[in-house]
Amino acid sequence: MRYMTTKNRAILREMVVTDFKVRYQGSILGYLWSLLKPLFLFAILYIVFTYIIPLGKDIEHYPVYLLTGIVLWNFFTEATMQGASSVVARGDLIRKVSIPRYLVVITSTLSALINLGLSLIVVIIFALFNGVMPSLEWLMMIPIILELILLATGISFLLSALYVKFRDITYMWEIFLQAGFYATPIIYPLTKVPEQFHKWFFINPMAQIIQDARYAMVTPTTATLWTSVHNIAVMAAPFVVVVAIFITGALYFKRHSAYFAEDI
Amino acid sequence: MADKEIAVSVKDIHKEFILPQSKNSTFKQTVVNIVKKNNKVTQKTLDGVSFDIHKGDFFGIVGRNGSGKSTLLKLIAGVYTPTAGSIEVHGGLTPFIELGVGFNPELSGRDNVYLNGALLGFTREQMTDMYDEIVDFAELGPFMDQKLKNYSSGMQVRLAFSIAIKAKNDVLIFDEVLAVGDEAFQRKCLDVFEGYKASGQTVILVSHDMDTVRQFCNRAVLINDGKNIMIGDPRKIAKKYSELNQGVIDAESSKKNERASDNSISIKIFTDEGKERASFRAGEEMLASLNWDKVSEVDHVVLNIYKQSGEHITGFRYANIDNKSSVWVSMRPNVMPGRYHIALQLFTVDNSQIGDEGAIEFNVKNEYVGDVDEWSGLVYVSHAWAEHKPEFK
Repeated sequence: MRYMTTKNRAILREMVVTDFKVRYQGSILGYLWSLLKPLFLFAILYIVFTYIIPLGKDIEHYPVYLLTGIVLWNFFTEATMQGASSVVARGDLIRKVSIPRYLVVITSTLSALINLGLSLIVVIIFALFNGVMPSLEWLMMIPIILELILLATGISFLLSALYVKFRDITYMWEIFLQAGFYATPIIYPLTKVPEQFHKWFFINPMAQIIQDARYAMVTPTTATLWTSVHNIAVMAAPFVVVVAIFITGALYFKRHSAYFAEDI
Repeated sequence: MADKEIAVSVKDIHKEFILPQSKNSTFKQTVVNIVKKNNKVTQKTLDGVSFDIHKGDFFGIVGRNGSGKSTLLKLIAGVYTPTAGSIEVHGGLTPFIELGVGFNPELSGRDNVYLNGALLGFTREQMTDMYDEIVDFAELGPFMDQKLKNYSSGMQVRLAFSIAIKAKNDVLIFDEVLAVGDEAFQRKCLDVFEGYKASGQTVILVSHDMDTVRQFCNRAVLINDGKNIMIGDPRKIAKKYSELNQGVIDAESSKKNERASDNSISIKIFTDEGKERASFRAGEEMLASLNWDKVSEVDHVVLNIYKQSGEHITGFRYANIDNKSSVWVSMRPNVMPGRYHIALQLFTVDNSQIGDEGAIEFNVKNEYVGDVDEWSGLVYVSHAWAEHKPEFK
């Protein structure tokens, strides 16, 4: 079975472009908001965490460090929230044409990915302003983001298929995300956490992804999975979690997608 | 027939829908339903439908509302998954279950054409090839860069239908889409259908407009209660279909008439063969027996015929009652097809009405007695054409 046929690519392209065109309809600044949003977020975080709660005063380029974490977490939130409601939101299509159902989930991931790309441009600009030197290690971001996409898509598959039958899912996921925001070292550096707990933090793939991204982009001094954990089994944990979530999600989605048209 | 290539093969299709007692949309309801062991009710919408559509067929799917024809269409289009049975489609298939699927009011007309095209299974290159023709057909050239929300509803429909009509694929499916646009646009669409027919395009048309089915289809299937009861010649199918509808109308009329007969006046209508019946052909002889029980006071009776909409068609009076309690009347209602009722009123010598009127319903079918030419209007007036000046008295 071929997944990315020219027909499917045409559908994806049209749906993603539509999403993007419609998003800022009626606003004067339009697409500029995609850049302005992370910019202002950055300004606020900078003021709060440099002058009011200086959590990361020991960390090199802390504002960029913080922004990297926030931007990746925002992608995760956006992709999974949009993904979870994607099938139901596109119910009109699903009831009337037989387009492959997984395309609507991929569309929401790709839409979020466009935003992540724009946000990363802002991150890079600030990194340079902040005196971070560009290096080959920045290329590490490619596999890191691929892992993040795999995780977000897997969760979206699972949640969107569940959401067709149980409309409570998105509320539960929202709460889960709130908790996850604090369970993941995003606003606080991992160094504030006693070292014996680090390995537990890294079972969470988001912690591993964000710390690796900071290592690649901002400062090689940050604690990562590779520097904190020395047990191979524990080292594999976040990747096993990502792959397991993706397979579970994709299989569950595939099994139920044949009946989406009548269940929505 | 056997040597013709098959385009779509529907084999013993069954489709059941689960109707939850109360929909399990939240965990609480799910838990409640599991605890109470609510039995889910399944509804058999299709119960063993089979037929083959050959390449080049203009194939009609007809049936009354709720017969399962739209479900069948969605199964062929791949939107639903059958409970049992299989559907094989040879070649590409483009379904038009609804026009303008995915249309977004915030996008320009042009963007919507590409979006809709992609959702119907066309690549961007294919859409670019078809684009000019679509715009020409819709007569919307100057508006394509405007947002769809600034289009009138008629323009939106025209754009959507033009995409449908210009789409090229091995099999095209249309679901009752002819009822859009003004007369001139409909004419254009019918021309396109003629074109399909002439060029041997395989088309599946779902409709309950028998005229369209008769005009275009070379084969058809009649679906009733989830079963195919007839496959073949569209003219025979159309006839069977009107019989099915007539059966339902008759059942309703006789139910109403039963209720009405509690009155002290009773009316029964018969054919000239003495069969009690509620439906007649236009101009067919109808014999009515009129009975009442207030014998002594009745001086004369008046019989009126009304259309269901309330228009008074005709009325006549009979005065030779002479203490009788029943009388017969023979009529030939030369009126347009539709529902009517006969009402009988009883009067005393001084012209005051006795009790309520009695009434009975009857239907005039879309069929004529004898070699009557086509006529229109409320009633048929007997007439004779002449080429020469008639002889006057």
